[in-house]
Amino acid sequence: MLEIKNLQVKLEEEDKAILKGVDLSIEAGSVHAIMGPNGSGKSTLSYVLSGRDGYTVTGGSATLDGEDLLEMEPEERAAAGLFLAFQYPVEIPGVGNMTFLRTALNAQRKARGEPEISAGDFLKLVREKAKALQIDAEMLKRPVNVGFSGGEKKRNEILQMAMLEPRMCVLDETDSGLDVDAMRLVADGVNALRGAGRSFLVITHYQRLLDHIKPDIVHIMADGRIIKSGGPELALEVERNGYADLLAEVV
Amino acid sequence: MAVPHKSDATRNKATQDRLGAIDLPEGGFSGAARVSAMKRLAEMGMPVRRDEYWRYTDPADLVRAEAPEAVVFHGTDPQLFGQVDRVTLVFTDGAFDPDASDDPSLAGVEISRLAVADKADIHWARDLYGVLETRGQTPINRPLAALNTAVATDGVLIRVTGRAARPVHLIYNHQSPTSDVMLHHCIKVEPGAELTLLETGPAAARLNMVTEVDVLEGGRFHHVRAQGRDHSRRAVTHIFARVAKAAQFKSFTLTVNGVLTRNEAVIEIIGDDAVAHIAGAALGDGVDGVFHHDDTVFITHDAVGCESRQVFKKVLKNGATGVFQGKILVKKDAQKTDGYQISQALLLDDDSQFLAKPELEIYADDVKCSHGSTTGAIDETALFYLRSRGIEREDATALLVLSFLADAIEEIDDEALAADVVARLEAWLARRKG
Ligand SMILES: Nc1ncnc2c1ncn2[C@@H]1O[C@H](COP(=O)(O)OP(=O)(O)OP(=O)(O)O)[C@@H](O)[C@H]1O
Ligand SMILES: [Mg+2]
Repeated sequence: MLEIKNLQVKLEEEDKAILKGVDLSIEAGSVHAIMGPNGSGKSTLSYVLSGRDGYTVTGGSATLDGEDLLEMEPEERAAAGLFLAFQYPVEIPGVGNMTFLRTALNAQRKARGEPEISAGDFLKLVREKAKALQIDAEMLKRPVNVGFSGGEKKRNEILQMAMLEPRMCVLDETDSGLDVDAMRLVADGVNALRGAGRSFLVITHYQRLLDHIKPDIVHIMADGRIIKSGGPELALEVERNGYADLLAEVV
Repeated sequence: MAVPHKSDATRNKATQDRLGAIDLPEGGFSGAARVSAMKRLAEMGMPVRRDEYWRYTDPADLVRAEAPEAVVFHGTDPQLFGQVDRVTLVFTDGAFDPDASDDPSLAGVEISRLAVADKADIHWARDLYGVLETRGQTPINRPLAALNTAVATDGVLIRVTGRAARPVHLIYNHQSPTSDVMLHHCIKVEPGAELTLLETGPAAARLNMVTEVDVLEGGRFHHVRAQGRDHSRRAVTHIFARVAKAAQFKSFTLTVNGVLTRNEAVIEIIGDDAVAHIAGAALGDGVDGVFHHDDTVFITHDAVGCESRQVFKKVLKNGATGVFQGKILVKKDAQKTDGYQISQALLLDDDSQFLAKPELEIYADDVKCSHGSTTGAIDETALFYLRSRGIEREDATALLVLSFLADAIEEIDDEALAADVVARLEAWLARRKG
């Protein structure tokens, strides 16, 4: 589904290479996790995949179902089925969560040539999805992420994902800032969406989330590269020993 | 009383030309006020660009005897606030249109018109007409308001004696490309009474409007207006408000389009525990020609424990210009004043500009006053966030514009009126994508 080949990225403003040849292949229906030290380029990878400005791709490729992601506008990538749950979800004062969700959903439908969802169907859908994530009606009415706690913001990201039903979900540290119960809710939300057609790339620092969301493959990223890939046991190793041994192996 | 300006050739000529073209109405009860206004006007002279108060806005087109032409805009928008149960009074190019207007009888409210009532002696109106305007000439000259007091031919006189059953809606149509209109409204909100005043429409090729609002003890006045979509219209408006003990004055103005708009508000808080809020949202696109919008506000606190808020937002693109001059004056005995002022511009490109002059002048020692002014562009992070959810760039930009304007819109207490205003904003944004 997602094919990343030798992806090299530098900052647009300065000559600083961040990704130095990332290779990653995620097949449909699988869950991959990326772990790695702070500053190793995990968020950058997620931003470049979803089309954020400020980066220049200097080499390599990224395709979603064979389509060149890097050529698309961010909204086109979303319509193609890519979703990024932000490490730092953005507050948008004055725009209601509901308006935001409906605008996004309808925009994607339109891009795919589908009719708009009716107001009634939308309400039903959003209530059902919100309930599962224990997001109450009051939170839905509030402006996007404004005044939300850290954990509420992360749950709101998962709500958006549940509403938009993307095929390729990138979760950037969705577990950070979550209490134990919220982590469970988020994991349940993710697991509910797991299925043959849908893939996940879960960026995390902690093994705990991976207890709930069992990844098929775990990658270790360091200094802009995937330096090691393995099964879920790799995450346990990181949890126990940190990155020092893994980094030493490469050198 | 206003200080006469230093005489100079430009001003003298502008003043002579303008005053020479005046045909002073006799004006029954308002007669004395008109004569006095003429006298004041001769002393202070017409404004010129060199005046400090007109530094950012050239008054020439508002001053000269002949109104510049303005193409009449034919929109297909439904009437703003059309779904609200209200009493409408319609003016077309300044002339009252009785056939298009509702029967003005309304419980709790007495409505008459300047053109009609001028022949009668309406005591309350005589004590208001030109009175707040005159007070508002200190410490700053506002010659165009004095001109209006002298010359205005019509307007509404509203005395609110109870809780008005419905809002009063003044609709200003513009049909003649050369109409030069002066309207003067007087509104007196008696103690404990309450009125919502709605105003919509461009009114004329050139409009000079003065509204005097006297809110007595415990009275409430809500005001929501929208200044019409005509691109080439010009307008100078003055609101002079006096707010008594425990009274409330709240005013919101939406401006989209217009070559030149100068909205002045002069608010005097004279009773303890009173509240005055004034807000504006302006959207200007220079692609149709010039867009120049100026909000000039002067709020005087002269009582204890009062609150004032100024919230002004402007969205500018394609070489549009926004101006904000806002002052809070807190007099010596106005302790426990809570004064707030924010003016912000969102520039959608590099060609547009926002000129702001926020001022505080405080003589009391126990006050809380703050002011802030910002000029910014669309937040790229927020834009990316919205686009990453599949929302196209232009739609995402529109959402962020609404987000930017939200604080100003929130100043409209009535949710239905606010929703109508938001719908207008959305329509404007939808028309001006890209
Ligand atoms: N816009 C930017 N300007 C300057 N430096 C940047 C920018 N974006 C990324 N970087 C740098 O690139 C490197 C990778 O950052 P990135 O955010 O991708 O790391 P990360 O692996 O997500 O780290 P963390 O685990 O702390 O979230 C860091 O050194 C960071 O400082
Ligand atoms: Mg990160």
